[in-house]
Amino acid sequence: MTPIIDIAGVSKRFVRELDTAERIAKALGAGIEKQTVHAVEQVDLTIKPREVLGLVGESGCGKSTLGRMVAGLMTPTEGAIRFRGDDMAALKGKAAREAALKVQMIFQDPMSSLNPRMRVETIVGEAPQVHGLVSRRQRGAYVEEMLHRVGLDPAMRRRYPHQFSGGQRQRIGIARALAVRPDFLVCDEAVAALDVSIQAQVLNLFMRLREAYDLTYLFISHDLGVVEHISDRVAIMYLGRIVEEGATEAIFTGANHPYTQALLSERPVISTAKRRFTTIEGEIPSPMKPPPGCHFHPRCPHAFARCRIERPALKQIAPGRKSACHLNDAA
Amino acid sequence: MTAPLLQVENLATHFFTRNGVAKAVDDVSFTLSRGEILGLVGESGSGKSVTGFSILRLVDAPGRIVSGRILLNGEDLASLDAEHLRAIRGKRIAMIFQDPMMTLNPVLRIDTQMIEAVQAHTSLSRSAALERCREVLAMVGIASPDERLASYPHHFSGGMRQRVAIAIAFLHEPDLIIADEPTTALDVTIQAQILAEVQKLCAGTGTALIWISHDLAVVSALADRIAVMYAGRIVEQGRTAALIEAPLHPYTRGLIDSVPSRNKRGVPLRQIAGMAPSILNLPKGCAFRPRCARGDGACLTPPQAAEHRPGQWARCFHPHLAEIRSEVPA
Repeated sequence: MTPIIDIAGVSKRFVRELDTAERIAKALGAGIEKQTVHAVEQVDLTIKPREVLGLVGESGCGKSTLGRMVAGLMTPTEGAIRFRGDDMAALKGKAAREAALKVQMIFQDPMSSLNPRMRVETIVGEAPQVHGLVSRRQRGAYVEEMLHRVGLDPAMRRRYPHQFSGGQRQRIGIARALAVRPDFLVCDEAVAALDVSIQAQVLNLFMRLREAYDLTYLFISHDLGVVEHISDRVAIMYLGRIVEEGATEAIFTGANHPYTQALLSERPVISTAKRRFTTIEGEIPSPMKPPPGCHFHPRCPHAFARCRIERPALKQIAPGRKSACHLNDAA
Repeated sequence: MTAPLLQVENLATHFFTRNGVAKAVDDVSFTLSRGEILGLVGESGSGKSVTGFSILRLVDAPGRIVSGRILLNGEDLASLDAEHLRAIRGKRIAMIFQDPMMTLNPVLRIDTQMIEAVQAHTSLSRSAALERCREVLAMVGIASPDERLASYPHHFSGGMRQRVAIAIAFLHEPDLIIADEPTTALDVTIQAQILAEVQKLCAGTGTALIWISHDLAVVSALADRIAVMYAGRIVEQGRTAALIEAPLHPYTRGLIDSVPSRNKRGVPLRQIAGMAPSILNLPKGCAFRPRCARGDGACLTPPQAAEHRPGQWARCFHPHLAEIRSEVPA
């Protein structure tokens, strides 16, 4: 089966050029260099049709940047993202527009991703009309159908975003994405801002929509409980690199990479017993100055000499299971 | 039994807005013993933060404490004048906020801010105060305190800033610390570090803690007792194990059930229908009635808190009494 999304060797670097004063200072001999942030570094990932891939990582690990590149909001510095086999950056004209429509994105904060001065019917109905999916006459009925699909009362289509609660706004964001009939949704922390009881409603909606419309998701989240519940496969990111990847159950029952193990052991779960928190040392390093070798080695309890020099490759350790850790070679 | 450290009785804090009276906190009562950790849980708008602010009398207009008593060692904070309050804030009750970037002054160095906090309540010399600052920074696990003291807040990462805020809260070894969502903005690994630090400090100094959070998972691991708030009222409170194992109130039960890790993978999550009501326009009687499967005519009169099991209180006419919950299949 051909993957729906194929991420091949993708990197993204953000470079801050020197301003005039800094260039003069540099010419005069001050040791100023331009700053480069390695947000995403050499990531390979494939997503099969109708699959939910959970992408987990802490803030600053590059998971949102990767999601934005998949959704076509950013172009990779290196590598290619293929949608159904076509390199999205190489497509031109009509083919490019169609591919772009098929991949939609849902954002964390619906208040800042919905235009506050547009009515819901414009927010949801504008794109399908512009792209010729519905005529102007059909638009009203189409919007009502979309709102109905995401569990909103169609009578509310004349309202503005501020007249809705957080959970309802997220549903509007989902309706807007669905309105252009996508195959693939990038959900970037789509339930992170919602209260637990509302979060459960929206997660259930995501699962129902996937069944109903054959959707594939890239589900980006820092919440391991949410990811475990909704994903078929999980990829763990640390400082721009994927450190482990595999089927959800395999990862959650037997994590291979020390970082995944640490994340899982520190995840707060509802328990009746008080527990002592054990911690991994230190904090995530700056992506402007990532440590050499394995990015996790300064915090890793098992690090040895090789980890400080050589970057571990993401290698298959079991069928469908990959991990980037030198310990797997030693064993 | 010794007298409780903090006793909140029938506290009501209302906001008098143009759109009407918002009863953010209504008839809230709880007690806290010395060294105890109370988790105050609720969704946004449930009044948990306003409860915390009310204890320190930090509610601004149009909000006002309209009734109730807040007894700290028998002294009523609700009727205290500004001068006496100032002697208590930071000294006997300290507060930790969600976002330390908003509470630390961005243009002052950490040492300036901390020495100021020490000298506000003691007559220590500058050098003695500095020594105290070093001590507490080391206590919260900050390496090389000297270097850190000379930095500005923006030099720190989020986790580090929160450690500084916690250090400031512990400066005077207060009787009580009120922490309002202090780890919500932090990553999981950093959150675990902070929780470990707080757990250790409270056990070591005998400081009582009110931990306000929307995250039942964090609270259940940390607190001795939990109080669950909904629409301005405490709907259930009890010891952590009892409350998680056998919740009385349908809302508590729904909240625990809707957490993804307590549900089987691949099947829909058990969800609470509907959404929280606006506190400007609360339904008649029990505020949870419109979302509750057990609601009936009796629920049109407001339920009073009743002790359905020893030490476990709920405001509900139809509590889950009989069933002992079975664990969710893994």
